[in-house]
Amino acid sequence: MTEITEALKNIIRPENVVSQKSSVLTNETMHYCPGCSHGVIHKIIAEIIDEMGIQEDTIGVAPVGCSVFAYNYIDIDWQEAAHGRAPALGTAINRLNPEKIVFTYQGDGDLAAIGTAETLHAVNRGENMVMVFVNNGIYGMTGGQMAPTTMQGQVTATTPYGRNIDLHGYPLRITEMLAQLPGACYVTRQSVETPAAVRKTKKALRKAFENTKNKQGTSFVEVVSTCSSGWKMTPEASNNWMRDNMFPFYPLGVLKDGEKVKPEDLPNVGK
Amino acid sequence: MKGNEVIAEAAIRCGCDGYFGYPITPQSEVMETLMNSRPWETTGMVVLQAESETASINMLYGGAGSGKKVMTSSSSPGISLMTEGLSYLAGAELPCLILNVQRGGPGLGTIQPSQADYFQCVKGGGHGDYKLIVLAPSSVQEMHDFVELGFELAFKYRNPALILSDGAIGQMMEKVNLAPQKPRWTDEEIQEISGSWATTGKSKDRKQNIVTSLELDSEQMEQNNLKFQAKYKEIQENEVRYEEIDCEDADYIFVAFGSSARICQKSMQIARDKGYKVGLLRPITLFPFPTKQIAALADKVKGFLTVELNAGQMVEDVRLAVNGKKPVEHFGRMGGIIPSPSEVVTALEQKVIGG
Ligand SMILES: Cc1ncc(C[n+]2csc(CCOP(=O)(O)OP(=O)(O)O)c2C)c(N)n1
Repeated sequence: MTEITEALKNIIRPENVVSQKSSVLTNETMHYCPGCSHGVIHKIIAEIIDEMGIQEDTIGVAPVGCSVFAYNYIDIDWQEAAHGRAPALGTAINRLNPEKIVFTYQGDGDLAAIGTAETLHAVNRGENMVMVFVNNGIYGMTGGQMAPTTMQGQVTATTPYGRNIDLHGYPLRITEMLAQLPGACYVTRQSVETPAAVRKTKKALRKAFENTKNKQGTSFVEVVSTCSSGWKMTPEASNNWMRDNMFPFYPLGVLKDGEKVKPEDLPNVGK
Repeated sequence: MKGNEVIAEAAIRCGCDGYFGYPITPQSEVMETLMNSRPWETTGMVVLQAESETASINMLYGGAGSGKKVMTSSSSPGISLMTEGLSYLAGAELPCLILNVQRGGPGLGTIQPSQADYFQCVKGGGHGDYKLIVLAPSSVQEMHDFVELGFELAFKYRNPALILSDGAIGQMMEKVNLAPQKPRWTDEEIQEISGSWATTGKSKDRKQNIVTSLELDSEQMEQNNLKFQAKYKEIQENEVRYEEIDCEDADYIFVAFGSSARICQKSMQIARDKGYKVGLLRPITLFPFPTKQIAALADKVKGFLTVELNAGQMVEDVRLAVNGKKPVEHFGRMGGIIPSPSEVVTALEQKVIGG
């Protein structure tokens, strides 16, 4: 025992640190359920803010939903938006403070249901911000009701016999819709269920924050996520279910990477 | 100038940082005038046409949460859409300015003037126990003056302020004295005026600023509410504004705000020619309401008539102030109809003097 402790002492030294908690994460204990993706995504965002040295310049807009308390965990200035309205807040914050780096953080109920209009129009205007979209296919906070992104056949609190398209409409691939909009410069869909996926998502988010720093327009990062409590599965089963059922319908990868459309490239009927 | 145009001019001149709005008659000239003036080239003011009133009021939240001087304008159906945001703005204690150029309702209603949004704007409208500071202009000059006053009060109390106007004053043309151009506040000046609570970017040496109305702990939420109520009480004690015309010798008092107060001025002349001593109390602030002033008049006069372009809304506040001491009656036309001054006098004779 003492030998092991002695050995560890030699290993656990500042110069040997490979990865540690970012100073941009607060010391608050997160409230998320085991297996929830929000915590991982928070962690990545905090690391990016840290690595880019933009803590003083970044303003976050928190949603309504499970991540309503995002401001308790990432140590920057935050505004808490009404359900779905984060893109409207982000628009004004950035328009009035163009040098700041603004990001919104929303779930599928927030972004793709009550806030569809605000989301679509902010992206269509090409507001210079990062929009983080956590798609767990369900309303987590309110007890697992159907979201626009809920899969056909998926059982939720409001679709106890499974989502029936004739009754409840189609699952919404909002990210595909947004990728068509001229204001978006970068639209990607990622996940965080494996270390490799986390690294890819971090890269994607880093690019989104870089774009915003360089005033490129809207960068939209969807993260297909799990909700073990809402889905009533263990974290491991949730990951498997997500891979088997959600990835085919919400395929991972970059949907758009470039620039927002230049005004010169559109018809202009003015003088 | 037109009332609505003056709002735009006053906003630029008082150093407003941003306007976010959505068109609706009879107030669309506000944004039209702003867009025409291109203030982003002169003062740096941001002007943005949002996709809806819901978005514009939430843009106000974002802007106000950054400590900026931001405003919007709309008319009745649009204000209904904004009430979600108004409740959140009040809950997060954010200063901002909203203009409601009322039209006839309910529903899509008419585009003619009305005062039927009194309850909605003065009593809250959105959910929760909150108050807006409500100013009621009765002239184009006051439309101008209340922009700066509205911002001043909003920042003094960190509370949304609302100018409750109507289609008559918004569309009316009158001469105005325009204020000289003032510079926009710098971030430092804003912090000096209202403290450093806004999301200006967290520096290493200060704690996070979080703009929110959320509080899950009921004990704490009650404390927040008690703090809001104490603020509203302070506003009630310090910010009551009103005008009294010919009240010294009056037997009867008209209580009217905004455009109906203008009609009452003419009615007073007609009534005095007929031998009735009539005065006018015109509340300029609807919250805070001139309760004490009306109560004082109740000791001297025989009766009150409120004249409103609605089915009887402010009359409830006048009755509370008078507290049963004297009769308080209401006369109003609805749906965008403006009564004639002689119609008002007839109502006074029938409802108050005769009764
Ligand atoms: C105007 C309004 N309607 C409804 C709610 C209740 N509500 C809170 S969170 C939520 C759903 C959130 O789901 P989602 O955005 O998917 O986030 P998650 O909890 O899954 O992370 C709803 C409907 C609310 N807060 N405000």
